[in-house]
Amino acid sequence: MIKVSNLSFSYGKGTPLLSGINLEFDQRSTAIIGQNGAGKTTFVKLLKGLLKADEGEVTIQDRDIKTETAAELAKTIGLVFQNPNDQIFKRSVLDEVMFGPLNIKLDKARAREYAFQALKMVELDDKLESNPHDLSLSEKKLLCIASIVAMDPDIIILDEPTIAQDHSGKEKIRQIIKTLKDRNKLVMTIIHDMDFVAENFERTIVFNEGRVLLDGDTRQVFSQKEMLEKANVEPPGITQLAEKLGFKDTILTVEEFINMK
Amino acid sequence: MKKIIVEGLKYKYPLAEALALNDVTFHVEQGEFIGIIGKNSAGKSTLCQALVGLVPHFYKGAYGGKVIVDGLEVKNRSIADISLKVGMVFQNPFSQVTGSKMTVYEEIAFGLENIGIPRSEIIDRIDSVLNLLKIEQVKNHNPFDLSGGQMQRMAIASIIAMKPEILVLDEPTSQLDPAGSEEVFQAIQSLSKQGITVILAEHKMEKVAQYCDRVLLLNDGKIVDFATPEKIFSREDLEEQGISAPVYTRVCKALGVKKTGTDEYPVTLEDAEKALRGRVV
Repeated sequence: MIKVSNLSFSYGKGTPLLSGINLEFDQRSTAIIGQNGAGKTTFVKLLKGLLKADEGEVTIQDRDIKTETAAELAKTIGLVFQNPNDQIFKRSVLDEVMFGPLNIKLDKARAREYAFQALKMVELDDKLESNPHDLSLSEKKLLCIASIVAMDPDIIILDEPTIAQDHSGKEKIRQIIKTLKDRNKLVMTIIHDMDFVAENFERTIVFNEGRVLLDGDTRQVFSQKEMLEKANVEPPGITQLAEKLGFKDTILTVEEFINMK
Repeated sequence: MKKIIVEGLKYKYPLAEALALNDVTFHVEQGEFIGIIGKNSAGKSTLCQALVGLVPHFYKGAYGGKVIVDGLEVKNRSIADISLKVGMVFQNPFSQVTGSKMTVYEEIAFGLENIGIPRSEIIDRIDSVLNLLKIEQVKNHNPFDLSGGQMQRMAIASIIAMKPEILVLDEPTSQLDPAGSEEVFQAIQSLSKQGITVILAEHKMEKVAQYCDRVLLLNDGKIVDFATPEKIFSREDLEEQGISAPVYTRVCKALGVKKTGTDEYPVTLEDAEKALRGRVV
C-alpha cells in the first residue's frame, strides 16, 4: 500500500533526522517503536505529506505523494496526532468529527452519518454536543481517532494512542484497531507501550537515530535482544520474564506464557 | 512526621452532580513515595489538585473536610503560599507551560523568579535540573518546539527547581519512551531518598509496583485501599476496580504462584523471576 524509497529528511540545515529509509507497507498492522527523537513522528508526517522529503520518494497506492495535495491525500491516509490539542478546534464533538468528512467533500448527511458511526465506535456518541475542550485527555484522544476514522481513509496512523488511557481505555483502543483491521485498513502506530505492541501488532519496525534498525514480525523483532538494546528499546515485560526463566521461544503474551510452561 | 494529612475530604466541581472525591482520609509520612491508581475519572487528578490547592481555590466548587500539607491547611491558605511547600507536575505538559517564555531556560526560571530566589541561585538550580532531566541540549529552544518527551522533562524540571518538600506528579512520563521514563523514575526516586515526599498518579502499574512504598487505590472518588504494592495488586477484585495488575503479577496469579512465605503475589520482574524459578520450565 505504501512504498518508501531512499527517504531522507532534515529540519533546516542540520544533520539529517532520517536518512536512507526503504520500507514497504502491506495490510499487516504495524507498530513503529524507538526512542524519543529517533524520527518516528517525522517519518509518519512525511507519509502523510505534512513534511516534504529532502530526498527519496513515497508512493501510496502507486501514486507519488509529491504530485498530490494534502487534501487529496487525506482521503487515503489519516494521521491521529499525539497531542489532541494540536488537532481539536471545533466547539462541539460532532462538529469536530464532521469537519474532516466535509473537507473531503462529502455531503452533509453522509458526513454526519460517518461522524456518528465513528463516535459510536469510540463510545463518545453520548457526548455529541459537548465542547471537546471539556473532555478529559483520554476522551480527547478517542475523539481525535474518531475524527480520522470518519473520513474512512485506507491507512490510519495513530501517534501514541494509549497515552492517558486506563485499562478499559486500552481495551477500547484494542477493539478499535481490530475493527479497523477487519475493514481491511492498514493500521500503523507509533507507541512506547511494548506490551500493547506485543498483544496487538503483527509487524514491528524499530527506528534508531533516523534509520530502520529492525523490521519484521513482532515476535521475531522482540527476540533480538541485543539489537533492541542498541536502540534502547526494552522487550515487553512478559517477554523479559520468559527469557530470564530460560524459555526457548519468544513469548509475547501472558496466555502464551501460561500455555508454554 | 506526618507530611500530608487528608481527613474526610469531599469535593464537587461546580456544575457537576456527583462528588469527585467522597470522604477521602489518609496520612503520608515524610519521605514516602506514594502511588495513586484508579481508572479514569476515579479522582486521581482531582486529589493531586487538592494537595496543591487548585482544588478548591482555582476550580471553586463545594469543599468539605481537611487537607493539611506540611502543617498548612490548604483551604485557608493561598495557592502562592502552598506552592512554596508543594509542587505539581501536570498530566499534560502542554497545559503547564506558561506560554510567555521564549526558551526552556527562561521557562524553568519562571517559578523561581516568582518566589524571589536570588539570580545566582536561580542559575545554579536551573543548571542542576537541566542536568538531572537531561535537557541541557535544548535549553535555548522555544518550549513549543520541543517533542512531547522533552516538554514533559521540562515540565518536571521546572517544578523540581522550586525545591518543594512535597512533589505531586500526575502521569509524569506518559510521553516518554521506556528508557526515558525509567530515567525520570530514578530521578524521582533519588529525590524521595533525600527526604522529599512524592505523590504520583500513574497508569503504568509496573512502575508503581517497582518504585512506590505504598499505593492508594481510588474508585468513584473513594479510597478502596491504601497499602503496599504487593497487597494492592494481589486483590482479587482488581479488574472490577478498572485496574490491570503488572504483567508479572497477572502471570503469577494465573499460575497460583505467591511470593515465598507470604500470601501475596510478586509485583516486579525480579520477584516474579524468583518465585517462578524452578516452578515452571
